[in-house]
Amino acid sequence: MSTVLQAPETIETPNYLNAEYGWKSWLFTTDHKRIAVLYLISISAMFALGGIFAMLIRLELLTPQGDLVTSDTYNKFFTMHGVVMIFFFLVPSIPATLGNFLIPMMIGAKDLAFPRINLLSWYIYVAGAIFALASIVMGGVDTGWTFYTPFSTTYSNTFVITAATGVFIAGFSSILTGLNFIVTVHKMRAPGMTWGRLPLFVWANYATALIQVLGTPVLAITLALIALERGFHIGIFDPAIGGDPILFQHMFWFYSHPAVYIMILPGMGVISELVTCFSRKGIFGYSFIAGSSLGIAIIGFLVWGHHMFVTGMSMYAGLYFSLLSMFVAVPSAIKVFNWTATMYRGSISYETPMLYVFGFIGLFTIGGLTGLFLATLGVDVHVTDTYFVVAHFHYVMVGGMVVAYLGGLHFWWPKITGKMYPEGWGKFSALLVFVGFNLTFFPQFILGYLGQPRRYHAYAPEFQVLNVMSTAGASVLGLGFLIPLIYFLWSLRYGKAAGNNPWGAKGLEWTTQSPPTTFNFDETPIVTEEAYAYAKHEEAHVG
Amino acid sequence: MQLPLWPEAASAVATEVDHLYIYLTLVSVVMSVLIFGTIFIFAIKYRRRGDEVPQPIHGSLRLEITWSVIPFLIMLTFFWWGAKIFFLNATPPPNAMDVYVVGKQWMWKLQYPGGQREINELHVPIGRPVKLTLASEDVIHSFFIPALRIKHDVVPGHYDTMWFTANKTGRYHLFCAEYCGTEHSGMVGWVTIMTPADYQNWLAGGGSSGTMAQQGERLFEQLGCSGCHLVDRQGRGPMLRGVYGSRVQLTNGQTVTADDAYVRESILNPNTKIAAGYHADVMPSFQGQISEEGILQLIVYIKSLAISNTPGAPTAALHPAAPAQTISAVRRTIQQDGGTQ
Repeated sequence: MSTVLQAPETIETPNYLNAEYGWKSWLFTTDHKRIAVLYLISISAMFALGGIFAMLIRLELLTPQGDLVTSDTYNKFFTMHGVVMIFFFLVPSIPATLGNFLIPMMIGAKDLAFPRINLLSWYIYVAGAIFALASIVMGGVDTGWTFYTPFSTTYSNTFVITAATGVFIAGFSSILTGLNFIVTVHKMRAPGMTWGRLPLFVWANYATALIQVLGTPVLAITLALIALERGFHIGIFDPAIGGDPILFQHMFWFYSHPAVYIMILPGMGVISELVTCFSRKGIFGYSFIAGSSLGIAIIGFLVWGHHMFVTGMSMYAGLYFSLLSMFVAVPSAIKVFNWTATMYRGSISYETPMLYVFGFIGLFTIGGLTGLFLATLGVDVHVTDTYFVVAHFHYVMVGGMVVAYLGGLHFWWPKITGKMYPEGWGKFSALLVFVGFNLTFFPQFILGYLGQPRRYHAYAPEFQVLNVMSTAGASVLGLGFLIPLIYFLWSLRYGKAAGNNPWGAKGLEWTTQSPPTTFNFDETPIVTEEAYAYAKHEEAHVG
Repeated sequence: MQLPLWPEAASAVATEVDHLYIYLTLVSVVMSVLIFGTIFIFAIKYRRRGDEVPQPIHGSLRLEITWSVIPFLIMLTFFWWGAKIFFLNATPPPNAMDVYVVGKQWMWKLQYPGGQREINELHVPIGRPVKLTLASEDVIHSFFIPALRIKHDVVPGHYDTMWFTANKTGRYHLFCAEYCGTEHSGMVGWVTIMTPADYQNWLAGGGSSGTMAQQGERLFEQLGCSGCHLVDRQGRGPMLRGVYGSRVQLTNGQTVTADDAYVRESILNPNTKIAAGYHADVMPSFQGQISEEGILQLIVYIKSLAISNTPGAPTAALHPAAPAQTISAVRRTIQQDGGTQ
């Protein structure tokens, strides 16, 4: 007992990180926090790999001639960039790391509902990633991440089945994570943690989990059909053997458009948590933000055809998909307005996570508004399949999702590791990310409207200046991603001890020690107040 | 150093798309300035000064409705305007001149009714609607002319069409916009838009082995089609005079219009839709024995045998060129011609 009473700074208190040692204690763990760390390491490696491909793409595009690598190599670069970033980074990113770590803690649970399935989902992810890496090592894939038929089934001479198998396998990891989250949120909430008191991060991940469970099987079926046609010449998509190539696009986008929301909704959840903490104020319009997550998850399933306006689909189908695509923008707008209103009369401080919130709102707003350009039929005909689309989805996926992920990582890093990152470097790299991102992708809107098609190895010489700007921006952006990697690792050893609640944040995860113990809470907490009750906290102090 | 920031516009539709794009941009800028400005003001005005904890504001139904409904109404204007252009793009006027496009890895092959053929070059006159019929030999391509603000996917297995009326002479980019393999970025070319007089000169200059219909007729003989399909008499297969554009009664009781897609299917998969009174398994499939360009020549030949092409009847070739310079003029043309062929 006497040791416990000594200063906790000198003697490490028991926590989930030092509870056990050795590689077996990690590879056979069922602790959701350790699994989150395993995911964090794996997806960071995949992000670095995808980033290398991105830099190679931008280097090639410095000159219009296509003179750095061959066309085939370039085509493999952008394919592997897309496959790795989408299926092995963006889809798992926030749910599998922050979601895994935080959801049980936020609802007052000791773990997820199925701890061993949670570990299984990580192994499945790794197995999928190994197939994807194998396809790269063997020689790569050149179909684009969209695997469009009949190119992918009949004409490509690359390792399509290997890569598709990797994506197919990784999909089951996504399904299992989603399933685990749904059951956990339904069954594991602490007493008093009603649906109306759930943190908005949990709501966002819950909505995401619904899409993961309902949408991912369709992707699996589609990829299996690709393998059947490519391997056994069963005519499904190739018209030369009786198939229909457009059928593939319908099936592919039926998953892959909702997948966009798998990628962005958890990011929105992070922003809701951060904006309240750094405004020290309850969220404005709780039920609208929570409800808009579900709204996006549902309507998101009905808009896939907006990727296909120029495939020759019927005019009336075009009308339907255009109108619903406008409609799905409303819940996103509701979120942005509510975050803004949350800041009204708040007490706003500017630590690194809050800088990422500002960055997110700025970039996501531009990404969302340019999405409306693409939902507008007459304009989409011109800009679809050009750099305008590339710029748009990077504003949403990188400017939105990755920025939210970085904001969340900085915010919860003290909880995950018990250490503070260096604040000055944090602010500096947040600024680099913002500036570098805009320099990279804003010129691409102009390039797209000028008509530069995407996936072009060589391009018309008059497009060079804008491409050089984009490549310059990518270098700054790359540096902005590299610096946090270095100081996060540095902080593990040299960072200041964080304390249990360095931000003065609300939420059950901040009532635990940092890092938390294996079972999170010594005793099951009883929830008596709504989420983000900052004022109540103060009253308690005053009273 | 070239730094273009805005593409050239060479049709009324392109100008209309530009106007819509500018409208979208203006609305986006206003929305962004409103949001970013508000956040900026809040961030300064309500910056943390001490340990004060502000009172929460739980929300406002009135505000939620306002900022849901007003943006949605604005979006409906995007939708409406965009849909109008889309419908216009999807409805070629009946008097449009035909050009036939075949995409294959990695080139564009173009054929004109007069028999001229080109690779990666499209020549068209101003002031006259041009309808492109698009076919692919292999994978999906996409025919994209940025100066006209139009593109359309070229999907193997069926025909797609796109159309435009250019209004500005010049030489403009032609791109393949759907990734199609190794030399995707090399599948580019030029669209030359000319005055009608220059266009006539260009047509005359092209060394041609007969019109496209004549080329199709030769192919019809070579492939042995003429053994069963006679032009003006009943043979083993249906007589061809008057078939194109007519309603064909099938053995299964359905009726189809004998259009490009039907003729193509009848050549490649003759047993799929058998005309009433004929038998399956009589005609062999020509799959793999004839190129997409050849099929298009046969179609043009069969089209030339349509009833409406008998002397005296109005034909596409005889139809006066529409002086369509504005969107509304194009719309009027479509309405006057009834929108059917």
